[in-house]
Amino acid sequence: MGEFLNDWGLSIPTFLPIIGAAVMLLIPKDREQLHKLIALATTVAVAVFGLLLLIQFIDNDNYGALNFVVDKGWIDVIDSRYIMGVDGISLPLMLLTMLIVPLCVIYSWNHFPEPHNPKAFLMLLLILETGMIGTFAAQDLILFFVFFEVVLLPMYFMIGVWGGENRRYAAIKFFLFTLFGSALMLVSFLALYFLADASTFDMRLLPEAAAGIAKSSQVWVFGGMFLGFGIKVPMFPFHTWLPDAHTEAPTVGSVILAAVLLKLGTYGFVRIAIPILPEAAAEWAPFIGLLAVIGIIYGALGCLAQRDLKRLVAFSSVAHMGFVMLGIATLTDFGINAAVFGMVAHGLITGMLFFLAGSVKERYHTLDMSRLGGLLVQAPRMGWILGFCAMASLGLPGLAGFWGEFPAILASYNPAEVLAEETFRSYMVIAALGTVLAAGYLLWMLQKTAFGTPREEFANDPHVHDATVSEYLAWAPLLILILVLGVYPHLLFGATDPAVVNSLNDCLDSVTSGACFDAAAGK
Amino acid sequence: MLSSLPSIVGFVRPDIDWHAVAPELTLLGVGAVVTLLDIVLLERGRAYTSALAGIGLLVALIPIVTLAAAGDTRVMFGGAFVVDDFALILKAMFIVVAYIVVLLSTNYIAEGDYWENEYYGLLLASVMGMVLMASARDLVTIFVALELLSIPAYLMAAWRKADPRSNEAGLKYYLMGVFASAIMLYGMSLLFGLAGDTRLKEIAAAVAAEGSNPVVILGIIFVIVGFAFKVSGFPFHTWAPDTYEGAPTPVTAFLAVASKAAGFVALMQLVHVGFPDAQDIYQPLLWILAVGSMTAGNLIALRQENIVRLMAYSGVSQAGFMLAPLAVAGDIGGEALSAVITYVLIYAAMNLGAFAVIIAVARRTASGEIRSYAGLFKYAPGMTILMTIFLFSLAGIPPLGGWFAKFAVFRAVVEADTGWGYSLAAIAAVNSVIALFYYAKVARMMWFEDTPEEANTTSLRVPPSLVAALGLTAAATLLFGIYPAVITHFTDGTLIAIPS
Repeated sequence: MGEFLNDWGLSIPTFLPIIGAAVMLLIPKDREQLHKLIALATTVAVAVFGLLLLIQFIDNDNYGALNFVVDKGWIDVIDSRYIMGVDGISLPLMLLTMLIVPLCVIYSWNHFPEPHNPKAFLMLLLILETGMIGTFAAQDLILFFVFFEVVLLPMYFMIGVWGGENRRYAAIKFFLFTLFGSALMLVSFLALYFLADASTFDMRLLPEAAAGIAKSSQVWVFGGMFLGFGIKVPMFPFHTWLPDAHTEAPTVGSVILAAVLLKLGTYGFVRIAIPILPEAAAEWAPFIGLLAVIGIIYGALGCLAQRDLKRLVAFSSVAHMGFVMLGIATLTDFGINAAVFGMVAHGLITGMLFFLAGSVKERYHTLDMSRLGGLLVQAPRMGWILGFCAMASLGLPGLAGFWGEFPAILASYNPAEVLAEETFRSYMVIAALGTVLAAGYLLWMLQKTAFGTPREEFANDPHVHDATVSEYLAWAPLLILILVLGVYPHLLFGATDPAVVNSLNDCLDSVTSGACFDAAAGK
Repeated sequence: MLSSLPSIVGFVRPDIDWHAVAPELTLLGVGAVVTLLDIVLLERGRAYTSALAGIGLLVALIPIVTLAAAGDTRVMFGGAFVVDDFALILKAMFIVVAYIVVLLSTNYIAEGDYWENEYYGLLLASVMGMVLMASARDLVTIFVALELLSIPAYLMAAWRKADPRSNEAGLKYYLMGVFASAIMLYGMSLLFGLAGDTRLKEIAAAVAAEGSNPVVILGIIFVIVGFAFKVSGFPFHTWAPDTYEGAPTPVTAFLAVASKAAGFVALMQLVHVGFPDAQDIYQPLLWILAVGSMTAGNLIALRQENIVRLMAYSGVSQAGFMLAPLAVAGDIGGEALSAVITYVLIYAAMNLGAFAVIIAVARRTASGEIRSYAGLFKYAPGMTILMTIFLFSLAGIPPLGGWFAKFAVFRAVVEADTGWGYSLAAIAAVNSVIALFYYAKVARMMWFEDTPEEANTTSLRVPPSLVAALGLTAAATLLFGIYPAVITHFTDGTLIAIPS
């Protein structure tokens, strides 16, 4: 079994969804039940595979290094290879993906948004899954780029076909923004290839090979990647696509966007930009930190100004990703661990909040918070779940959200030695203020939607009912994980820490950093 | 007395390697048979012409395969005609493209009550010119090849005789083409005057010796500008939209892919073999052409309402991408050619595919307006998915073929490691985003909009030859994207390095 997993453990779950989609393509559109079953079977199979990977991963007991490495020829002429592998940073994110997608299938079982067509919808979902898993597994820059982009098309169609009123605008905006970033990112990858000592796209070799690049070039190359990943995260001021995309996307689309797609950007920073170009990262870090805290405050203020529940959750994503980016910008293992935890926690919590927003919309046919109210009266269980998620999102200790935010703030008290302490300590203060605002908008949201008595127009509406079976099935794993990770964060930190320490270049190690950077400057 | 004529004029019969010229001769033979068929069989022959032309093209592939298997470089006529890997891959591409154009034309030409035999005869003649172009390493040969491929194309563009727009298309194309030929010929005459020889390698020597002689500069500029017309680069693209719109759509596909590729083949040979030491002259010129084409083509394409005009302007922009590696060709050598050929090959597959869908949909809607694609997904989902694949491939979204074409271009310009190269990369990156906008506009029509009330929404019937063309192009587009090694296997820089 171990042998098999080592060879095929990553390729099979990556491409299984595509095979499922291909099978669905051959089946006529009107056999909806069959399509749903195929999609469910495929995604559950992928999830089971993920579980096996996890068991084997624990058994290998080598969290810091890449596991299940596959290294095969792909495009020889450009020295791009099919290299896959996971370590403690990517595995949690990959498992999150493998978990979220089947839950999305279950959730949409009986309520596909207009214009229905489960066949196309589920096929897009499966293609998305391939792109997302592939991105987390790829260890070659070009392979990474391809998977990173594969995600765009299905999401574009998901928003554009099944989205809300303003869907056409939101879909193309999402597409253009991301493509702009990734085009420049590709130029950066190529520059890296030609400037580094070894002509390779292999992420395992590049940190060493890129060390010889002149610092001024490094800063430019990092700039290209910064745009690519920063737009995807999204960081302020590139975040403007996010509220539109989230608001217009169908529920499942929003969940996937929040839970996984945004992580592709932050993951890119942690996996590619910082390990390969640590010196440039140190140059950029104060700037990234600044944008991160602006994002935290701006996102929070944006939330306070919203009337639409889904838009509020979208803006809260901007704020949360600000915390993640702040953790990354500290360039310490502590901060980056916090960032990875923050990614997973945000995926679980915000994914849940979007599920809830979708369910609210389905019952009330509106997300206008001034018309909502009394969810606890009409659908008490859903109301409590909403309360639980709001608490998790505002960073209540004991729930997962806390371990993303608090260590990130703590890390910025003591950033990597090459960074200016004063700057980051000021960021810390601002970020801490952001948590207060977060509590503010989330409680306000809860008050508006869950508390009080239902409005007259909905008071006797038979559509408003409590959570259904498919909703429970889709939500339970997420809720359990939010609680478990909150109570026992070591589950995740234990896996990420060795990998983070391993991926951080020696140059950023707080003990030797001064000497290392001096040496680099003297070169 | 006649037997002594050669000795009087000093003519020595050159050695002819019949194997090397077999592709051209096969095309000539098939073209002659197709044209004669009409005379011999009259009306009865019509039904067979397209099949015969298609089979003939496939037969012409055989000598190319055997030549490739032999693997050696064959030089004839004192270096004016060369068969090497560079020539063979492009010859093969031209023939395959022509085969797909035949598939596209079969029903269009038969149902439109056009002259069939002459159409296929001219098509084969034009393809012969292209195949010849791939081997031409001499100014006169290049010019003969260019005229051989252009003149039939002028006629084919005006094939819809009853429609004034088609006449306009042919006339415009003809006038602009002749004008461009004249400019190019003037440039060639300057270069010939300097070198005293028409062979490119002799010209290279003369250019190297003369350095920055204004005659050299003028000659190079004129020759390149002449081909800029052919590849519809900005600002010499003005004929393209009108010609594309007026010409029969299969002919448009032929012009947009094969004719443009032929222009690039000539440019590559000129730049790489003819003026390798004049990079200070041609690089800035091609840089301006590349940036102008990709930017202007994209910006104008944004406002198009007609699908064929959109494809025309998108073609201008794509030409800019193909010109980009040539703008750094002096710095990176054969890698630039490798990038251009990669782009041309992938572009051929995805662009022909897009035109195949346009032809298939126009059979129903009889309209070229982008509006007429509204709600296509509802009644022609297969066609919609295919068009989506082709459009987003043209936009360069992985895992569709176009991404690797764009990647090859980025790779070439970044490899140059110069300010010109990096700026070109950044501009190309921005342009690939702009391009997405108009490709996505068509996709949006098909997927997101509702079908108009008056539209006939019974499912679309597509003739088998079009299905074959769609299948081939879609398979190629996907394969090139997922496993680009199938292309790079042929376009590897070391293989393509033209011996000069």
